[in-house]
Amino acid sequence: MFLERPRTAEAFKERLIEISLFLCAFASVLTTIAIIFVLFSEAVFGLSGAAFFQEVSVVDFFTGTRWSPVLKPQEFGVLPLIVGTLWVTGVAAVVGLPIGVLTAVYLSEYAKPQVRNVVKPFLELLAGIPTIVYGFFGLAIVTPYVIDPIFQGLFGFKVGTFNALAGGIVVGIMIIPMVSSLTEDALRAVPRSLREAGYALGSTKFDVVVKIVLPAAFSGVVSAFLLAISRAVGETMAVAIACGSKPNLTANPLEQIQTMTAYIVQATGGEAAAGTVQYQSVYAVGLTLFLMTLVLNIISQWVMRRYREVYQ
Amino acid sequence: MTEQTTHPELLTPSGKKETRLFAILCATATWSSAFVLIVLLSAVVFKAWGWFDWDFLTSYDSRRPQKAGIFAGLIGTAWMIFFTILFSVPIGVGAAIYLEEYAKDNWLSRLIRINLANLAGVPSIVYGILGVTVFVRAFGVFGDDGHLDSFVGWSISELNFLGVKISLPLGEVVLSGAMTMTLLILPVIIIAAQEALRGVPPSVRHASLALGASKWQTIRNQVLPAAIPGIMTGVILSISRAIGETAPLICLGIAAYVPFAPGGIDSPEALMKQPEGVLQAPFDYFTVIPIQIYNWALDHRSAYKGLAAAGICVLLLSLLVLNGLAILIRNRANRHIRW
Repeated sequence: MFLERPRTAEAFKERLIEISLFLCAFASVLTTIAIIFVLFSEAVFGLSGAAFFQEVSVVDFFTGTRWSPVLKPQEFGVLPLIVGTLWVTGVAAVVGLPIGVLTAVYLSEYAKPQVRNVVKPFLELLAGIPTIVYGFFGLAIVTPYVIDPIFQGLFGFKVGTFNALAGGIVVGIMIIPMVSSLTEDALRAVPRSLREAGYALGSTKFDVVVKIVLPAAFSGVVSAFLLAISRAVGETMAVAIACGSKPNLTANPLEQIQTMTAYIVQATGGEAAAGTVQYQSVYAVGLTLFLMTLVLNIISQWVMRRYREVYQ
Repeated sequence: MTEQTTHPELLTPSGKKETRLFAILCATATWSSAFVLIVLLSAVVFKAWGWFDWDFLTSYDSRRPQKAGIFAGLIGTAWMIFFTILFSVPIGVGAAIYLEEYAKDNWLSRLIRINLANLAGVPSIVYGILGVTVFVRAFGVFGDDGHLDSFVGWSISELNFLGVKISLPLGEVVLSGAMTMTLLILPVIIIAAQEALRGVPPSVRHASLALGASKWQTIRNQVLPAAIPGIMTGVILSISRAIGETAPLICLGIAAYVPFAPGGIDSPEALMKQPEGVLQAPFDYFTVIPIQIYNWALDHRSAYKGLAAAGICVLLLSLLVLNGLAILIRNRANRHIRW
């Protein structure tokens, strides 16, 4: 593309600029390396002294049912934290995924452009609200004015000030914009000819949407689901405020729980001294969290590539 | 409807009733988001009523809720965001230029691209762990009982540079927060800037190259100016994310109760009287709006719920101003550029 240029100061400057731009781009790779190094440095191998997994065996960590980093006897079984995370993620998926997909279907298949122009900004606003606001909403509004009247008022269950359900609901609301916009993109990529073929065979709109368009966009929808779930797993502030801070291996979503992210917030918020097992447990939990979200993201990208239908 | 066992499903269309019901279901789902947003905003405003006033904006935090305010958070957020922009925009735009204009399709550029997609999905709290280890504690190298102290016998805990006191390791200062935020929003800025650069048609580049401009001259004088509106929008959106981001900062150990402004600059007069405070500010302790909100929200006394709601109003208003700016820039750009 470029003609041969003489080796001049100008050419040297061009080369220098290219190298510095490359270094900017490479900074992102360095960030990843730094994240992995930092997480491993306290969890797997010790920079100074023993690392977490040398003090606590991997088997005990993943199968232990009690998480008690401060109170003696110290126990580091991560299951209560994982179950807390799963409760929040599960509730969020039940709330957020169906609403997100139905919203996407409405925006892509049914809504007139005028309606779209009204609804889209609402979704963008919802996506732009900081997560701490959702946490406050869960604690100050959802629990006392929605969950409490229904479960305590109607059914007589005891509802905690902090509970897994409120956190799950607000995280579910939080992922709606993400699910709907990714799904809408997938639905719009389905060519018009497929829909028209359906109508030509005498299908109703419902049939076209449910039996043709959604299956054709399957890979996009699944990858949107996985990304949203990964986001829910990593969500921190909303659950740290609405769900509480008590590790709890429970089957009751109306009780206080602690997620992996909320534990990291609580433990790094001050008291644990560097070098103690309690301090290192943050890195072990962080590593677990990092790997979980990484696997979800990779599967999502793989589904997108592997099952994408390519239309001409 | 009974499910037919013979397969051509398309030949047995569902009735009109199902079609109608499904359409109504979709519409309900869509409008429910708008409904939730309105409920959320009105609930926050309702709770903040009576707390959100001028004194709230201009006072430091206090143990008495009536006297507490968000001034320290406002100033701290402004300082942190200023440095975040300073670090993240040049690196982010530079990286995007490299990936869009220079990178050849080899394993290295593919690695960088895949890595970017994955970095954008890393939970923000993980960046907090990174920040506290690398920036706040510097791997425990400095200070009493640090690695330098135990191996070489050097106990360095402070540097004095041009009258600016720099503690080593940095600790929970403005700069640590800004560097952590930079790493957090860098993938978002790079991806947005890449899209903006991709939107500039190749003909612009070809014309400039044909006139004898070098590659960098083409990028600096033609491609970048054309892509600026798109880049600005992306930057503003990621900055809004950084303003509301709380988890990584709590991880760094940023305190909620900070009764002073970084560098002692709490008013324009203070800036005139001691301009050297500007140099000290990046190395000073600070707090941000969301951390004050977090602290108030978890306080069980009901007065603090009002303070938290008022803090949320301040946060949302500043985001509204920023996003309004982004929309303004986008609309102006759309009006002027015609390819």
